[in-house]
Amino acid sequence: MFLSERRRGQLAALSIAAVVIIVGVPLWWRTTETYRAWLPVSQIKELAKLQLQLSADVEAVFARGTVTPEQQKKVPLTQTQEEERAIDEDTALRYRYETRYRTATIMEEDALNQPSAAEADLSLHTLSESPCGSLVVYVIPESSSLLPEDVNVYIGQRRTALLRIGPQMRVGKTLEQLLAHLEPRIRQVLQVMSFSHNDITAALSDRVRFSPDNKESIADNMRAFKSSPGYEITFSLLNPDPKSHRLHWDIEGAVQTYIQPLLTKLSPVANFSIDSQTLYYAMLGVNPRFDTSRSAYTLNADSLAHVINPVEARLGSNAASSNPVLNFLLYVPDAQHSPLYIQGRKKQEVPSNAFHSPRWGGIMVYNVNGFYGSEPEFPVDININMAKVMGVFLAQLRLLLGVQSSTPPPGFLVARCGSTGLADWELDRLMWSRSVENVATATTTITSLAQLLDQIGNIVINDNIAQQVSSAVTSLQLAVAELEAGNLGFALQYSKEAILASEKAFFDPSLLHLLYFPDDQKFAIYIPLFLPMCVPILLSLLKIVSEARQRRREKQAKKD
Amino acid sequence: MKTHVLFNLFATFLLADGLNIEDSAGQFFSSGHTNNWAVLVCTSRFWFNYRHVANTLSVYRSVKRLGIPDSHIVLMLADDMACNHRNPKPATVFSHKNMELNVYGDDVEVDYRGYEVTVENFLRVLTGRLPPSTPRSKRLLSDDRSNILIYLTGHGGNGFLKFQDSEEISNVELADAFEQMWQKRRYNELLFIIDTCQGASMYERFYSPNLMALASSQVGEDSLSHQPDLAIGVHLMDRYTFYLLEFLEDIHPASKANMNDLFKVCPKSQCVSTPGHRTDLFLRDPGSVLITDFFGSVRKVEITTEAIDLTDPIKEVEERPANGDIHKEMHSYVDQLPVSEIIHQKPKQKDWHPPDGFILGLWTLILLVFFQTYGVKHLRHIF
Repeated sequence: MFLSERRRGQLAALSIAAVVIIVGVPLWWRTTETYRAWLPVSQIKELAKLQLQLSADVEAVFARGTVTPEQQKKVPLTQTQEEERAIDEDTALRYRYETRYRTATIMEEDALNQPSAAEADLSLHTLSESPCGSLVVYVIPESSSLLPEDVNVYIGQRRTALLRIGPQMRVGKTLEQLLAHLEPRIRQVLQVMSFSHNDITAALSDRVRFSPDNKESIADNMRAFKSSPGYEITFSLLNPDPKSHRLHWDIEGAVQTYIQPLLTKLSPVANFSIDSQTLYYAMLGVNPRFDTSRSAYTLNADSLAHVINPVEARLGSNAASSNPVLNFLLYVPDAQHSPLYIQGRKKQEVPSNAFHSPRWGGIMVYNVNGFYGSEPEFPVDININMAKVMGVFLAQLRLLLGVQSSTPPPGFLVARCGSTGLADWELDRLMWSRSVENVATATTTITSLAQLLDQIGNIVINDNIAQQVSSAVTSLQLAVAELEAGNLGFALQYSKEAILASEKAFFDPSLLHLLYFPDDQKFAIYIPLFLPMCVPILLSLLKIVSEARQRRREKQAKKD
Repeated sequence: MKTHVLFNLFATFLLADGLNIEDSAGQFFSSGHTNNWAVLVCTSRFWFNYRHVANTLSVYRSVKRLGIPDSHIVLMLADDMACNHRNPKPATVFSHKNMELNVYGDDVEVDYRGYEVTVENFLRVLTGRLPPSTPRSKRLLSDDRSNILIYLTGHGGNGFLKFQDSEEISNVELADAFEQMWQKRRYNELLFIIDTCQGASMYERFYSPNLMALASSQVGEDSLSHQPDLAIGVHLMDRYTFYLLEFLEDIHPASKANMNDLFKVCPKSQCVSTPGHRTDLFLRDPGSVLITDFFGSVRKVEITTEAIDLTDPIKEVEERPANGDIHKEMHSYVDQLPVSEIIHQKPKQKDWHPPDGFILGLWTLILLVFFQTYGVKHLRHIF
């Protein structure tokens, strides 16, 4: 059959319109859509509201003379306290302290009979090995001679503490009163040895901008490096005057003996890589002044700030990674400016003759004019006393890594850390704050990444990014669960995995394409393509519709 | 009565003095930053844009002089003026006419040069999304205690800045990049200076906290260049950066000049355009912000008061036995060029591609002419 011309035209227009709408539009939509892999958005939203619970286990051991025999039968018992603190609307903390009371065994009693607290501590921790994150507090009678007069608490090198019962507990108190007296004091010991609210809120500084009231905590916060999977440590020997001094330092042996034990102990927290260098003709940027009262050259505290920059330009680094670098410089002053001493702010003497800069490193000035001998013949051969040097650098390293705790409360005596430079409880303390910091940073990273991807609709989300995000979310949930259970080692490990995965996802180079197309540019691109095609189709469709309506009107008119 | 008043005055004087000492110690904590970074970008190519390169290099010179080391500066120059064929004095870039000041210097370290200066690379540096093979010198490794100075110069317009004469960055993209930096806590405080035409439009869209911005001209105004040098033949600097450089030459690392002085640099009488600034997003009062907080690198220092007593002697590193038992591992370089493969290369099988472009057009033309001449109806007679 033959269709009329007009009919054929109408059919053509209708079929073109049909093809455009049914085939064209979906095809255009699919080809201009960006690939976005699925992200666990609901879990991420849950993580945005961070509810952290930190559990600490304490074992309180009663030595002979602290409890009566009838009370001894009621002990062992366990008490649990919980404390809730809300930081802001998205972050809440809960502290859970589980205290187990028991009486001392015979071997522990023997250990506590040692003449001094340090020896008691030494023999006590040969008896039991407390796991990471837990503490043992030995309660000793008030009359005990282990601790000096004004000291009530002695904190040992491992995870033990000696607590002296207060005078009010002398006679005829019940067990409940005894426990009520001990509980806040044990809590205080916990705050020094494990974590305090201030430490944990400082660790959360990524989520909550920390504004503490005292200057000391601000300085502590600014000084230590942020948590990072690795650190590079560089030891540099600066010899500005090789004509006078020929310096020898056994840096390899010194690092192996003094620094490596600390770094090995810190290996659950981060990886460390060490290197060393010697720089010749490297001067300090400041001129020291000659102080006649001490007949030596001095550098006062204000000029120290300007010492670092000229030296840093020459230091260089061979770090191939993006890890933070800690620089430790040993400066041997030239013969004309020897000896050189550093003065404090109030012109006082500085015994270590060293200073450090927050988040950068430390500098020590080592005077060698004592090595000259009676008739020095330049150049003088000098063997540097590495033990003294490393003692100072180790102290600075502890400060910069955040190991050093603030001054303990009055009545507390803290044992000097051993030769590794790190007490076990200090390591635990660092692990608590690092775990919390990692969890806080990872949650902020993941939530802001999810928010960013939500806001900018045309960023491509590849499969590997989705996988990193999912694994970060899983690790975070595991880390939070382990913190609740009190397994500090696992919590730190999971938190490190979470941080690595979240940083990798956030800083993936592929998240930068197709950034911003303003709407007017989008119209400017599409209109020349689609408008010439759509105008004839629309016009012919309109014509069809108007003709159909006209025919219907004619039919109506014919009927009437 | 009088003695009472005198005593009070004396006491307050003593107290104030005491506070002063506390203050200088407390200034340690007033700014909250421990390190400084600078990102200096020149976005224009071609010899006649010499002044943009000179702008950037003069800020680079000031920043280095005030203490920021090269490892903390990311310098991006879109074209090489010092070694340009048209430079009558090679290896120099001057900022004052009569060749008074060579801002190129002896130890300039350019991190991104030539065609590497693109919008993509600039945003990658800011947000940190660089490929893992990028060296440290090309990265902005700032942390939450870094103060960053960002300086942009080039040709710009209302809401955009032109890169390399071929692409642009818009103020929305810049604001988003700063927001991403804030989310990841990549800065403590950020100072943004821009010297282009209509520069104030570039900081209109900022919405992240702790940003302070300065621009050389308002929306609708052009930033003008300063003086030409007749020997070199081009304008050497832009006005705003010229007077900024003069201002910075008076600053030394211990200077106490603050941001309010910086806002007064280049008034309308000197600059012809009206410089603008934006401080509403900045948390501190600009009068308490030192110039050296951003342009210099004044380190905070603390005296080390404790040292650890180490008593163990140094362990001797074990001497390896000097006999031939040790197998030294043979290390060798990976083949830089696979020479054997190149020599014995077989001709590659080329994949078949459908004809494109020119061939397709040519055939279409031939077919059109064919059908036009012969018409479809008559094809029956041919085939």
